[in-house]
Amino acid sequence: MTAIGVLALQGDVREHARMVREAGATAVPVKRADGLTSLDGLVIPGGESTTIGKLLRRFGMLEPLRSLVESGFPVYGTCAGMILLADRIEDAGVDQPSIGGMNIAVRRNAFGRQRESFEADVDVPVLGDEPFPAIFIRAPVIEGVGEGVDILASVAGERPVAARQGRLLVSSFHPELTDDARLHRYFVDMVEGRS
Amino acid sequence: MYLSTEEIPMETGTFRVKSGHAEMLKGGVIMDVVTAEQAKIAEEAGAVAVMALERVPSDIRAQGGVARMSDPALIVEIMDAVTIPVMAKARIGHFAEAQVLQALGVDYIDESEVLTPADDKYHIYKWDFTVPFVCGARDLGEALRRIGEGAAMVRTKGEAGSGNIVEAVRHMRAVVDGIKRVQTLSKEQLMAEAKELGAPYELVLYVHENGKLPVVNFCAGGVATPADASLMMQLGADGIFVGSGIFKSDNPAGRAKAIVEATTHYEDPAMVAEVSKGIGEAMRGLEISQIPERELLATRGW
Repeated sequence: MTAIGVLALQGDVREHARMVREAGATAVPVKRADGLTSLDGLVIPGGESTTIGKLLRRFGMLEPLRSLVESGFPVYGTCAGMILLADRIEDAGVDQPSIGGMNIAVRRNAFGRQRESFEADVDVPVLGDEPFPAIFIRAPVIEGVGEGVDILASVAGERPVAARQGRLLVSSFHPELTDDARLHRYFVDMVEGRS
Repeated sequence: MYLSTEEIPMETGTFRVKSGHAEMLKGGVIMDVVTAEQAKIAEEAGAVAVMALERVPSDIRAQGGVARMSDPALIVEIMDAVTIPVMAKARIGHFAEAQVLQALGVDYIDESEVLTPADDKYHIYKWDFTVPFVCGARDLGEALRRIGEGAAMVRTKGEAGSGNIVEAVRHMRAVVDGIKRVQTLSKEQLMAEAKELGAPYELVLYVHENGKLPVVNFCAGGVATPADASLMMQLGADGIFVGSGIFKSDNPAGRAKAIVEATTHYEDPAMVAEVSKGIGEAMRGLEISQIPERELLATRGW
């Protein structure tokens, strides 16, 4: 069975693991660099991007992850995970280590603070006609898109909130907090070479 | 500077958005800070959020008097200093303080027993707010009452400002044991159990069916060392609040970082040992039995 790692340094790991299983793959929590081998793909969960970034560096996982991403390894990042996969972070905090690899610029907390966090139905054409119940929590948006990046969904005056580049997938919202497993299934299909 | 969400059919302040934020904090450490500079130290150490306060609990305990919501100017200064979420405390039942904190835009409100309660009967009706609340609890019934009032996150109380983990352990065990007990009951016993717990029946039913609380449960009140954090995570905490334990120790930056690392790798004793090396002395703690009963903070709230 396809094994999908869920980066388990901090964040909503359990929810992603549930969705990965729902999508028909095995979920493997990963806390160390040596846990990255023998996986078919990786999910970087929601959480605090500054915290996860610092822990990746402290536990020697940044370089191994960068090499994996460069080699075409499939990774899906939600919210904090999207920030960590972006090549550029606008308004980054003083010290925000990131993995990079995706040709996008993101802005953190782009909709505001928690008070402005929201739910909305978002059209994600690659998932079919039914809109996706998207939950945005202090969410980032994609501000700039480079070559090779396909935008999968947008809100608020066409601001991109989900995108794909090769085998990298990102969303600024949290499918793992809903019961809609379509985006995780899309990722598993991507890992298994079907999409 | 922020994007307008006016044109999207969207809904703010839903329970999923509130409790979802707490899900994002899991496996992390939330640190009490009293200045913008401390907030930056906490962020640098890897905190997932900070709690903006005028005085840490051990100082509130030492100085006495009425403890109230912090000066809004201080809270805003701290919000401006860091990019991670900022929480702030309102007195139990003081919904006007909570309204002020919401107007300031704090990311989470802690209706906290560390401050002097404003109402001796009722907690805040938290469903009225867009900003989520975290509340303290000593057992399952108290946790479910707070969730029934709209809390989107709970934390076991422990004994704030004591630097002594024993009460935190007692409360976490009480919540976890309560959950296990409710799981083993048969359906016809649940209403009587709800009465016994003083908790809403629907939430007791949820616990029976899911074997967990419907919201995230952190631990608070007494964490002073990386091993304390590991202990609480192993007992079932989703994450850790550290109050006085960091900035009342002699190496706050080092201790903060070590507690963050021990929380991540809580199930790996070798790692907890490694991060615990050379971080100086922990805060001086208090023996719980030496605290006069009227000065215990955990017994506030109902």
